[in-house]
Amino acid sequence: MPEILEYDFMRRALLAAVLIGAIAPAFGVFLVLRRLSLIADSLSHVALAGVAIGLLTNLYPPYIALAATSTAAVSIEELRARRMLPGDAALAVFLYGSLAIAVVIISIAGGFNSSLFGFLFGSILTVSGPDLWLIGALAVAVVLFVTVFISELAQASFDADLARINGVRVHALNIGLAVITGATITLAMRVVGVLLIGALIVVPVLIALRVSTGLTRTVFTASIIGMLTAVTGMVISFYADLAPGGAVVLTGIGLLLAVELANLARRTLRGRRLATEVPHSHGHIVHSHAGPSAGAHAGVMGQEPAGGPGGPGGASA
Amino acid sequence: MIHSVNNSPNTPGSASAEPVLEFNEVWFSYDSETAVQDITFSVTKGEFMAVLGPNGSGKTTLLRLALGLVKPSRGTVRLFGQDPRSFDNWSRVGYVPQRVEAVQNRFPATAREVVAYGAYRGFDPFRIFRRSSGGEVEAALDMVGIPELADRRVSDMSVGQQQRMLIARAIIRKPELLFMDEPIAGIDAAGQQAFHALVRRLNTGMGMTVMLISHDIGAVMREATTCACINRQIVFHGGVHDIRSTDLSKLYGFPVDILLHDPNHTHR
Repeated sequence: MPEILEYDFMRRALLAAVLIGAIAPAFGVFLVLRRLSLIADSLSHVALAGVAIGLLTNLYPPYIALAATSTAAVSIEELRARRMLPGDAALAVFLYGSLAIAVVIISIAGGFNSSLFGFLFGSILTVSGPDLWLIGALAVAVVLFVTVFISELAQASFDADLARINGVRVHALNIGLAVITGATITLAMRVVGVLLIGALIVVPVLIALRVSTGLTRTVFTASIIGMLTAVTGMVISFYADLAPGGAVVLTGIGLLLAVELANLARRTLRGRRLATEVPHSHGHIVHSHAGPSAGAHAGVMGQEPAGGPGGPGGASA
Repeated sequence: MIHSVNNSPNTPGSASAEPVLEFNEVWFSYDSETAVQDITFSVTKGEFMAVLGPNGSGKTTLLRLALGLVKPSRGTVRLFGQDPRSFDNWSRVGYVPQRVEAVQNRFPATAREVVAYGAYRGFDPFRIFRRSSGGEVEAALDMVGIPELADRRVSDMSVGQQQRMLIARAIIRKPELLFMDEPIAGIDAAGQQAFHALVRRLNTGMGMTVMLISHDIGAVMREATTCACINRQIVFHGGVHDIRSTDLSKLYGFPVDILLHDPNHTHR
């Protein structure tokens, strides 16, 4: 058995990473597509305030944080729907408001710096048995939510008005999405920390959006990428003795960078190949190589060939 | 057929004058600014009504009111006899928006997925385990002339292709009433011709009632049966061939000439 699996705490941390890594991007796809990824940041600060209250009152911090994020999630969506505050202004109010609450409580109490540090930056030592049960229950809830409402979520992120006319209850769906986001943040903060949890929801989605076509497929791809980066990050964090949150997020960002660079290189190469081929296929000298010149022709006619993903149209993305 | 227009807009053709959409003294304002005022008209079954008007004249607001996306400040709107805000039989209605929120960012859905959204029939918890219903999506894509783009990613499609996909999405359920908001903005001449041929087929061939917002006066005169010219209020409403140059000049604020065609001359 590898050393990393010999420790109970590490097995729990890895299991938590697998679950959180898989579920966070599954609904994160819809947050990113609707440009709501900032809600993760706001709710993570609300969770921090909840943790501070929990530590101060000696209650199990995740429960308080869960209550706080759920309340905040519903309030943000209500404020947005009633147009009392523009979308991102509501997010800002909740972000700074709850950060302020957390700071005030921390300065009043003064004594729980070490446990707070774990919540801020993540710690692989702190995942307890009860934590794991909660994370497992959440994983079941998220998988159910996303699979059952996949069409509704997709329609609402494609166009909210079209979804409404189709009979989709967009507002109720938004609240569901926000509450699930809050719950995931609350439970994931033990592992990756409050400050970095947003990245776990967003970064695997950005990678999946680059490499897969089709919305349902993107959700699955993002889940798998999230799971792999979370586990890889945890393993690195164990052997290199780094804060797990930082290791996980940097793993994800490294992968994102690699995918973007590969894509850029492919496009540059394709562009260069097209540039050398176009004069051939449009000149008066007839060339016999049929395959590539057909592609060049089609590109010029504005009728893209039915190529694979990342065809000529990819440049417009 | 296109030219057999009645003078009264409410009774086109010989079909029973059954209104599918009615506006009755409707006012609407965004905050304090009045967007449309005192709008009264109705659209009857089988009619092809075009809505003309300058930018910012309230054309899109008219559609949003008809679809129940906004609530009139005064007056009543009736969609198939019901308040659109509580209307729930959306399979009778198709809507092609001017643009959608999603297509600017890297939206991963394929044309097939988007068109299938149009066939949505309410909540189904086991949807993810079902394959899409046989051939519906393909038939709709075929109708708008882009069957080969079924598996193309939305964000990799041109504006014209996206518009066709949105039309396919709107007509997949064969709605009785089809709303279109400037669907051919950004489409080349050949595409516009194909679009008008398609709408003709939907309207006269399949009996779909059509309400089309357009900037193309020529196409409206050629294709529509009735026309409403609005500039916050209705400037003209009636058969397309009753429009006078003065109506259009008043509408757009500068002289507009209508070249009258020989009614027996066919353009097709």
